[in-house]
Amino acid sequence: MNRLFLLLFIVANASAEQGFMPISGSEYLSEQVRDMQEDEFANPAMPTVDYGRSLFHKVNDEGHRCSGCHGENGNKLKLERIAAYPVYDREQERPITLQNQINICREERMDDFPYVYDCREMVGLETYMKFLARGQIIRVQTDGPMTPFYQAGKQLYHRRFGQMEMSCAHCHDQHRGAWLRGQVLNQGQSNGFPVYRLSTSRVTSLHRRFSECLFSFRAEPFLSGSDEYINLELFVNARGNGLSIETPAIRD
Amino acid sequence: MPNQMLLFVSCLGRIAVIMSVLLGGSSLACAESYIPWQVENHAIPAALGGLKGDPRRGRQIAIDRSKGNCLACHHLPVPEEEFHGTVGPPLEGVGLRLSAGQIRLRIVDEKQVNPMTIMPGFYRDPRYFDRVLDDYEGKTILTAQEVEDIVAYLLTLREVSE
Ligand code: HEC
Ligand code: HEC
Repeated sequence: MNRLFLLLFIVANASAEQGFMPISGSEYLSEQVRDMQEDEFANPAMPTVDYGRSLFHKVNDEGHRCSGCHGENGNKLKLERIAAYPVYDREQERPITLQNQINICREERMDDFPYVYDCREMVGLETYMKFLARGQIIRVQTDGPMTPFYQAGKQLYHRRFGQMEMSCAHCHDQHRGAWLRGQVLNQGQSNGFPVYRLSTSRVTSLHRRFSECLFSFRAEPFLSGSDEYINLELFVNARGNGLSIETPAIRD
Repeated sequence: MPNQMLLFVSCLGRIAVIMSVLLGGSSLACAESYIPWQVENHAIPAALGGLKGDPRRGRQIAIDRSKGNCLACHHLPVPEEEFHGTVGPPLEGVGLRLSAGQIRLRIVDEKQVNPMTIMPGFYRDPRYFDRVLDDYEGKTILTAQEVEDIVAYLLTLREVSE
């Protein structure tokens, strides 16, 4: 009898998760902007991709370069793995983001200093590698050793913050599709990140977008690269499991 | 079944305790300007601080992005502004639907009406905010006077458009 209940519980839970259909932020764009996003020549974020490409092939003082291990134009990179970040790192016993992995490579294999999280170089390299993985299906692990981190991210996503006491879920689940003054609320998906923002003419990383959202309801942001944002990235990326990578996407 | 009833009753008790903590007086440091308020019958019948609202100022505060910014979420009879939000219901005719005390409660703390709501509590006890930006530490979103101004303005909305 108990087993039956357990089974029913598991089935009910699984279908609750499956009932959610991820929708890319690009679906909310005008056709014109979407075309611009997909056109490699018209996309205004291409200089950032090119900058990342040059860093990827650049030899450092110790004679190392990313392409030494990962191939010319990243042809030895496992692109489906880029779509799986954050991944669980056995050594550190925690999830690591693509930016964390870049620093692990720099310190352990290139005898180089770590970059500051979200610095220009990081965002350039991340944009370049995600651009290579365009079209790959997002598959982020949420079970096994990831469970506590995923749950922590989920909790943050539903926590009320700041003077306006809003949560991410308020805008991106409860009221998605509604107009917030001049803006349509989308699902807050991460598959286009880093994204190019037309309003600022800049490429924005995912952690900076988190900070902007928190700032908008007068909440103190966390730091780029903080445990909180890594857990939140894990939850948000996994929420988009099944979408394909569209980096660099264009947004208002 | 009796067990569930018991649980339910004890939950109610706990909510009552939490509510009295949230709404009760005991104003501390930051609160010299914060005036506690009391809910009666799903409304706040008494004007905050006994202040009198001005509907003309209230209209401005409802539009102002750095103040009420009600237009972010609601449609209002304010034709000179574009981009009225659709997150909440249109407020045309709200002065017919709701009393002053009901409107006041919804502006002060809509979470008392719907605990899940996205609508900010414009006059919540600032001690309970989580990770509020430094600039807004210890401050309500609107002042008591501004709340009363908006209440007065919404009471003038007695026509349902279209
Ligand atoms: C008050 C409403 C609101 C809240 C609360 C909010 N956001 Fe957002 N969010 C927005 C708006 C508006 C945009 C911009 C939509 C666009 O790009 O057109 C956005 C964009 C995003 C994006 C980029 C989506 C894309 O397709 O480029 C992400 C990711 C995101 N939010 C995550 C979050 C997270 C995580 C939280 C909680 C920490 C949060 N948001 C809280 C309003 C909100
Ligand atoms: C971020 C979104 C948001 C903002 C900003 C906002 N509201 Fe609301 N409001 C809502 C939602 C959503 C509802 C629907 C009820 C609920 O969710 O609890 C609502 C309900 C109401 C109601 C009850 C309407 C009815 O017919 O029962 C009133 C009155 C109201 N809001 C007034 C205001 C005023 C005045 C302001 C500005 C000072 C404001 N709201 C700002 C989202 C918002």
